[in-house]
Amino acid sequence: MAAPDAPAAARPHVPPPGPRVRAPRRRGSSAALLLIAPSIVFMTLLFGWPMVSGVLQAFGGPEGLTTANFTRMSQDPYFWSSVGNTLLLIVVMIPIQFVLALAMALLIRAKPRGASAYFYIWAIPLAVSDLAAGLVWLTVFTDRGYLNSLLASLGMQPFSWLAYDNYPSMFAAVLIAEVWRATSLVFVIVVAGLQSIPKDYEEAAGVFGASFWNRLWHVTLPLLRPSLQTALILRTILAFQTFAVALALTGQNFPLVVGETYRWYTGLQDPNVASALALVVMAVSMVTAVGYLKLLRDQTEAAR
Amino acid sequence: MSHATTSRTDAGTSRPEPGVDRRPLARRRRNRVLLQVACILITLFMALPIYLIALAAMSSRQSLQKFPLSFIPDNFSTETMQTFLQSTGILGGLINSFQVGVFTLVLSLLIGVPAGYAVARFAFRGREPYQLFLLFTRALPIVVLSVPLAQLFLQTGLYDSVLAVVLLHSALALPTTILITASVFLGVPRDVEEAARIFGCSPVQAFLKVVLPMAIPGIAAASIFTFVMSWNEVLGASILTLNQRTLPAQVLSSLAESPLAYRFAGGFLLVVPALVFIFFMRRYLTNMWGSTIR
Repeated sequence: MAAPDAPAAARPHVPPPGPRVRAPRRRGSSAALLLIAPSIVFMTLLFGWPMVSGVLQAFGGPEGLTTANFTRMSQDPYFWSSVGNTLLLIVVMIPIQFVLALAMALLIRAKPRGASAYFYIWAIPLAVSDLAAGLVWLTVFTDRGYLNSLLASLGMQPFSWLAYDNYPSMFAAVLIAEVWRATSLVFVIVVAGLQSIPKDYEEAAGVFGASFWNRLWHVTLPLLRPSLQTALILRTILAFQTFAVALALTGQNFPLVVGETYRWYTGLQDPNVASALALVVMAVSMVTAVGYLKLLRDQTEAAR
Repeated sequence: MSHATTSRTDAGTSRPEPGVDRRPLARRRRNRVLLQVACILITLFMALPIYLIALAAMSSRQSLQKFPLSFIPDNFSTETMQTFLQSTGILGGLINSFQVGVFTLVLSLLIGVPAGYAVARFAFRGREPYQLFLLFTRALPIVVLSVPLAQLFLQTGLYDSVLAVVLLHSALALPTTILITASVFLGVPRDVEEAARIFGCSPVQAFLKVVLPMAIPGIAAASIFTFVMSWNEVLGASILTLNQRTLPAQVLSSLAESPLAYRFAGGFLLVVPALVFIFFMRRYLTNMWGSTIR
């Protein structure tokens, strides 16, 4: 019935020529293609098709191809502030997240009492959506919320944290909610990365008298580079997609680019402009990802 | 000189022994305390907001209107949650969310597990491009897909159905499913499979009877992950549906005109699965992210 499995039978007698004993077998290309074919078909239909029609839609108008959608998009008063807000949020948020996540991972590695409980609590936001995170922090920052309650019971004046004319406090609220929600992802990636680094290196450095900061800077961080790199690319791309946090906290007062796409599609019922915005988000995400890869690879090679 | 100044903290309890340098011990103890303090501070930052939204969702409407709000649960009430659950679209949204999550999970496993197995076991031509293709699709923002998909679904009559959201979520989850299952299958020793073949199993039998049972825990982890991704996804679901909304999409679309109590209850209901999910997954989290992401 089944064809005899040559590699399996031959292995005990013929030592593999190459250095990699465990290299996946070369046979079965057709079987492999059969196994991955459904995923390729499915993904092409659900990614390729919409991508093409999305581009057409973004340039589409009543009479043929046009850039009018992009003009409308950029003339909308919310557009440039949404771009500015998105970029500002990313630039401020990413460093905070990485420092915090690194600190959290190092704390967990030091094995404090109750480490597993800490790990559980710190990982919870990993499964919280940005809409839910926005609503969670709304209980804190809303006018009659818990932060103002605290201030009032301490005898201080309540403050309108989310009012549109208090931009810094509005930004801070969105930032805190996003840091709260998304640092867990970096944390888990860094913990996984730390687990793969043998403790010997650091202990050796310690024996030779390196201080904590020296060990961190010269031993741990370089070894963590692959994990940090992945986390950085992933987090930046995901950060461009943030919108529901701001929508839940501030309504339209703090527009973000993806939120604008949502508004153009559902509120203003203009799928063409929405597609144009979506293309902008995609272009920026792709450029960022490629840029990071290039930049980080160059540095790695230079360091060698 | 060091011996005379042994740690001041235990000067009262024990007499310092001459000739023993106690400073490292004292420093060590101080570091342990600082470590705990830092851990507790971060835990407060992570846990307090969840406590507060639970508190808000479990307070009566009346006590939510008081100011300042109480920080301790003084009058527990299910009124807010009940009102929320009875508002239009919430129960339906809950059911839709559940259906979408389960169907997404099944569909992405049906397509993803064979592909993951192929990536783990065969060095076929085009494996590298295939993996790059998966990584590329994972970097595509959801919004890039949802808007055109909505138009296509409108034309094909799929718009505003559970299936529409299932298709989008499966496409989003599939790359992760394939990468995770591939790493799970890599963890199953090839020898076991070959032994089964020698004892007369066909490739399919060897897979179903030997490899799959060993891979089930990892695949279960991957599927819970898929479910949570689908449970949380809001933008695509809002764009692809109108009446058959999932829970997050329903909450998002009624955000602007809903009272605060509604939003708190909605937020709480969205957070609860996260608590359960992370509790069951906490052992797998680092393995999953550590091995699959690269």
